Amino acid sequence: MTLCARDRRIIEATQSGLPLTPAPYAEVAASLGLEEGEVISRLAALQARGVVRRIGVAPNHYAMGMVANGMTVWDVEDAESSRLGAAVGALDFVSHCYLRPRAQPVWPYNLFAMVHGADRDEVEEKRAGIAALLGDACRSSEVLYSTRILKKTGLRLTRKGAP
Amino acid sequence: MRKPPPKLDAVDRQIINALQEGFPLSPRPYAEAAARLGLSENSLIARLAMLRDGGAITRFGPFFDAAAMGGAFCLCAMAVPAAQFDAVAAKVNAHSEVAHNYERAHQLNMWFVLATETAEEIEAAACAIEADTGLSVLRFPKEEEFFIGFRVVA
Repeated sequence: MTLCARDRRIIEATQSGLPLTPAPYAEVAASLGLEEGEVISRLAALQARGVVRRIGVAPNHYAMGMVANGMTVWDVEDAESSRLGAAVGALDFVSHCYLRPRAQPVWPYNLFAMVHGADRDEVEEKRAGIAALLGDACRSSEVLYSTRILKKTGLRLTRKGAP
Repeated sequence: MRKPPPKLDAVDRQIINALQEGFPLSPRPYAEAAARLGLSENSLIARLAMLRDGGAITRFGPFFDAAAMGGAFCLCAMAVPAAQFDAVAAKVNAHSEVAHNYERAHQLNMWFVLATETAEEIEAAACAIEADTGLSVLRFPKEEEFFIGFRVVA
């Protein structure tokens, strides 16, 4: 997917947030020397293409009391993995859901689903719900709890080597 | 290390629950969103500023699909001997391609995400980390990503 220079500038100007002023798109436009209408229509086009996933608030999980998270991993039959992955991803407590390659013999799991809850008991309860949904198509599973954040940086469009 | 959770009232919760997506693309979007919530434009803006400054929300605005913007990403894992863990973490984190890194309770105890401009740079970064640490880096690139129904209920 390619982005033109104006799209990139609009992304760079809004990726840390929209101004909290009555006409935020006009303010972004003014900072870039563009018209408000162009910023709005470009963001709408980016949303239609899926580059903008949503516009709104990002709640702080921890502040909302969702302090436990577990990376649940599942060894799911390949023939069923796409159908079941879609069903798991649609659950409202799963924040990320992917199929990834296995790394045998140490890692037999191909379906990854990040589960959030108020505590580990709640994460385990939700994990049991996923297990029930997967049924016999799942051969084994584990949950990996994070014990420490070692590094966390925001993903940014402007990085080393970016135009 | 973590701040105590901010106190939220019913209006704060209503804003957080209603505005996780669908913020209008229009000249006066706060006024439009506020009307749907039965609030004034000014009070919605003031509440959002308070929620952001108090840490209840981490950001307000558009969320971009990082891969659609042209970047490459790969989840990686390592089995790091306990005695070397902190030294290896420092070596791994020193690579600017490492976007985040978590210790997890498992034989594979270090999980990090590489973020680069191109797919070739992912492989180069993983190889460089293996050379630096003398440990294998397991690569778990995504093969398929599923639509996410995740919503935080405030």
